[in-house]
Amino acid sequence: MRKPTPAAARRAIVHPLAVRATHWINAFAMTCMVMSGWAIYNASPLFGFHFPAWATVGGWLGGSIAWHFAAMWLLCANALLYLGYGLATRHFRRHFLPLSARAALRDAGLALRLRLPHRPGAYNAVQRLMYVAVLLLGVLVVASGLAIWKPVQLWWLAGLFGGFDTARRVHFFAMAGIVGFVAVHLALVVAVPSTLLPMFTGRARRGHHGEAEA
Amino acid sequence: MSEPSGKTPAARPDSIRTEDAPRAAGVIATPARPVLSAADFRPQLARLQRRMFLRSSLSLGAVSMLAGCTLQDGDTVDKVLWSMSRWNDRVQAWLFSGARLAPTYARSQITQPFPFNAFYQEFDVPEVDGGDYRLEVSGLVADKRSWSLAQLRALPQAGQITRHICIEGWSAVGEWRGVPLRTFLQRIGADTTARYVGFKCADRYYSSLDMATALHPQTMLALDFGSEPLPPRYGYPLKLRVPTKLGFKNPKHIAALFVTNENPGGYWEDQGYNWFSGI
Repeated sequence: MRKPTPAAARRAIVHPLAVRATHWINAFAMTCMVMSGWAIYNASPLFGFHFPAWATVGGWLGGSIAWHFAAMWLLCANALLYLGYGLATRHFRRHFLPLSARAALRDAGLALRLRLPHRPGAYNAVQRLMYVAVLLLGVLVVASGLAIWKPVQLWWLAGLFGGFDTARRVHFFAMAGIVGFVAVHLALVVAVPSTLLPMFTGRARRGHHGEAEA
Repeated sequence: MSEPSGKTPAARPDSIRTEDAPRAAGVIATPARPVLSAADFRPQLARLQRRMFLRSSLSLGAVSMLAGCTLQDGDTVDKVLWSMSRWNDRVQAWLFSGARLAPTYARSQITQPFPFNAFYQEFDVPEVDGGDYRLEVSGLVADKRSWSLAQLRALPQAGQITRHICIEGWSAVGEWRGVPLRTFLQRIGADTTARYVGFKCADRYYSSLDMATALHPQTMLALDFGSEPLPPRYGYPLKLRVPTKLGFKNPKHIAALFVTNENPGGYWEDQGYNWFSGI
């Protein structure tokens, strides 16, 4: 077997095509879901605030619900493809395991002191924890969403969440967790812009990344 | 269709861009009551395609999000969203079980006060004279005689304490009593192999059910709220109670009922709320 050329070694594939494609489809579907979801929230707010109209999609409740229940198919189909890929290719196992709170704390400390070594294609413990957490939040947001969509037909699911009204709150907080993740995720892309291009091309120059990405 | 205001809700889609569509619609939707006939209820899809309600859906946020794409053509987005909604109708019909009952609650769990909700303000609630009242029956039924309140009360009655879930997200537990719709459909010799049951109301509202839901054991023509006859704000003298559907599929002040194979649509359904809206 031939040794990789120096150029190839420096431009290794860090994000496989399946990950890139599902990432961007998910970004689009999730944006539709969050913006239409905020509009639906505004029709009967759970808490003492509204989301600004410019951050919503659909124009009125019926339009926003149409967006929400159209984009949900894209979101779920894409998520199933991603989960299938992650399990079948051991992508999850290779990149997200092992998980340990101690390692995450250690890496968080290193990152704050700007001493976290970074290898493209390998996630540090903080990243692993955040990715796994946001995936679990994704499962939670879909499950609670199904529970408030079908509290009678899927009564057992609504019951699991403690009924319709509680499931609504769970749905809200799962959304809030995901949006919080996205805020950190985008802030880190702004802090380390060289992480953005590989999410399109898949390739990154070795040792050229910044110290943190999420 | 020469006179669009006759069957199009006065709340034109364009006029309800605000976040609170029902309230906005209520302000606009109070002109003279149109005369409704079965001929007015043409197949839903033909009308849906023309509706540009989602043109307003391209809010600033969506435009910024979709900038650079060709999706600023509202008609294309409209068509995608409408066909997804029809797809969702089919999925929900498949998910629906005619035997699965909505959860029921204890009297102590009833929401006090039960909220008023309509496409108009409470002072516009129609006043119906119970003495003169007749429920008109038409369509694919053997017996088209109309029904007085006394005749309806003479039919077997059932009660339920169930959760009313509004499309806006809020919910409230209430108690209703009345005639199971299934019983009524049997009494009038309805063709229960037909696809839809439609309802026309004294307040210009209209809606419709799939036959499977119409025959569900908890679907009823409610006459009482709690232990009293329905008060005007909750739909006197007759309201459809469907605990397997969102609240807007529970029309109040029902004046006429008909059985048909052509989807009669509904006041909100024709503007863009999902038609099936099962829960």
